[in-house]
Amino acid sequence: MKVLVTVKEVAEADDDFAIEGTDIAESDLEYDLNEWDDYAVEAAVQLAEAGIADEVVTVTVGPERAEETIRMALAKGADRAVRVWDDALDGGFADVASKVALFEAVVAEEEPDLVLGGVQAADTGFGATGVALAERIGFEHAAVVNHLDVDADAGVAHVHRELEGGVEELTDVDLPAVLTVQTGLNEPRYASLRGIRQAQRKEIAAKDLSDLGLTADDIESALTITEMYEPESESDAEMIEGDAGESAGRLAEVLREKGVGA
Amino acid sequence: MSDVLVAAEHRRGALRDVTYEAITAGRELADARGGDLHVAVVGGDVDGFAEDVNREGVDAVHAVEDGEEFDHNAYQAAVSTLADRLDVGAVVLPNSVNGLDYAPALGEALGVPIVTDAVGMAYDDGLTVTREMYGSKVETTVDVAGDRFVLTVRGGEWPPAEGVGDAAIEAADVDIPESGARVTGFEEVGGGDVDIADADVLVSVGRGIEEEENLELVEELADALGATLSASRPIVDNGWLPKNRQVGQSGKVVTPDVYIAVGISGAVQHVAGMKGSDTIIAINTDPNAPIFDIADYGIVGDLFDVVPELIDEFA
Ligand SMILES: Cc1cc2nc3c(=O)[nH]c(=O)nc-3n(C[C@H](O)[C@H](O)[C@H](O)COP(=O)(O)OP(=O)(O)OC[C@H]3O[C@@H](n4cnc5c(N)ncnc54)[C@H](O)[C@@H]3O)c2cc1C
Repeated sequence: MKVLVTVKEVAEADDDFAIEGTDIAESDLEYDLNEWDDYAVEAAVQLAEAGIADEVVTVTVGPERAEETIRMALAKGADRAVRVWDDALDGGFADVASKVALFEAVVAEEEPDLVLGGVQAADTGFGATGVALAERIGFEHAAVVNHLDVDADAGVAHVHRELEGGVEELTDVDLPAVLTVQTGLNEPRYASLRGIRQAQRKEIAAKDLSDLGLTADDIESALTITEMYEPESESDAEMIEGDAGESAGRLAEVLREKGVGA
Repeated sequence: MSDVLVAAEHRRGALRDVTYEAITAGRELADARGGDLHVAVVGGDVDGFAEDVNREGVDAVHAVEDGEEFDHNAYQAAVSTLADRLDVGAVVLPNSVNGLDYAPALGEALGVPIVTDAVGMAYDDGLTVTREMYGSKVETTVDVAGDRFVLTVRGGEWPPAEGVGDAAIEAADVDIPESGARVTGFEEVGGGDVDIADADVLVSVGRGIEEEENLELVEELADALGATLSASRPIVDNGWLPKNRQVGQSGKVVTPDVYIAVGISGAVQHVAGMKGSDTIIAINTDPNAPIFDIADYGIVGDLFDVVPELIDEFA
């Protein structure tokens, strides 16, 4: 079977950052493979190693810059990649439906049996793309999967969904399906030197809207970010100043007052 | 059109608190839109649940019979059918693990935009949602085009609805399709030797510790303070500490006298598990780390410098 993994390059703010307009200044952002997607890539590669998946394809919506991150996923064992980008995506905030429109078109070309993605993207924290995609393409789905056992012959994925409060739900999901992967599902590997070398030769197919048979209307976002600001701190925390010795001394005082370590 | 629909959430026979919070958010929105507030209960003890969700401000409760437990296909079918039938423009759901297992599909099915994890909202000509980004370091306001949408609301941001309402309770007939996802059981995880929820003092370690070997340092601190060691999720995901040490939404909820967060950023799912602690102390190199917003005492500093000094203080 064929596994498609949605992979996002996410931005993380530096400790010191400035806000420009409705986003953090480009120079104060670091880009990396989304933590949750790392687990999704690993799950797909393990399915390939177990002989369950014949091919693992990653798909990313992102500008050329994202290719570095995509190469990481390829170095970890994905076979090839699709990168979707278009000038029409530049600048605006893509809502869930517009991302789903892009992935839907890629799914139509790739015809996967299983789509894996992260539970959420660390930067926007929407946590919605995978489940919305499943509805659009008529796949079954499960969100927040932290245990996965694919029975390809029976056409079922046996999963655990991690609920709140240390409870897991055991669910059988018919394939084809979209699963959103929770951290802890597996141990994502580090790319080996050999993997990194091989990744250089793997295909990253760049596609724009017209390649996918879409127009700007298909990705018109219903959401607009109108403001971004640092939340006002409601904290009345005592910030302990001084070098490590001094601040540890003051903290020790506080702790003793509370009867700790006494 | 101006009406609002909230769907209740229950698990293993009990309604979850997020239900009542979503009702409060739904009422707020219904007031702003000049509409009624409907609440759907799907599956489980629908009659009992219907009574329970009939809180002040609820205009109508719709009870949909289904299996015992959550089934996203049933929830989606029930809520989308009711939304169409009642001509409801706005659907408000908890931003819970199960909420996120059907809300996005519901938005797709209804052909309306979805905004998740709201921490605030305003409704004037249209909906404006306040939500966080970049690991809670910034807040954004998001405008939603049109007046139909699905909104999920973060737990703990709206107070639970109270009182007894005078809603009309009615059984709703909904065609529930056969589901391609079947719940076969539940498992409790995180049992074992220690219960971090019993500890008076917790030293809690996060990704700032960098390497498994470095855990010794915080273990030593816990020993010196007579404290118990707990952790944020990545430490447990990495297999460095067992699951029963995890604090947070998917781990344990703890309320010790003193909680010392060492190299923990304070992500919302972590904070959900420890914000009730009496005294919160945070040690973090990043002055903008959200953990400082809920801390009583903070040290902006490198844990590898501060923790050894602190151990010395108690040696
Ligand atoms: C559905 C779901 C459920 C979740 N459930 C949980 C849960 O139950 N519990 C949980 O914890 N998380 C949970 N998470 C994950 C959560 O979103 C965060 O990813 C996680 O809490 C981050 O852990 P952290 O703070 O240790 O790591 P990070 O966010 O990476 O923070 C590390 C911190 O260490 C600081 N630091 C780095 N070096 C040093 C140093 N030398 N000295 C001092 N400070 C340093 C950094 O400034 C940073 O603030 C869940 C996520 C999802 C989507």
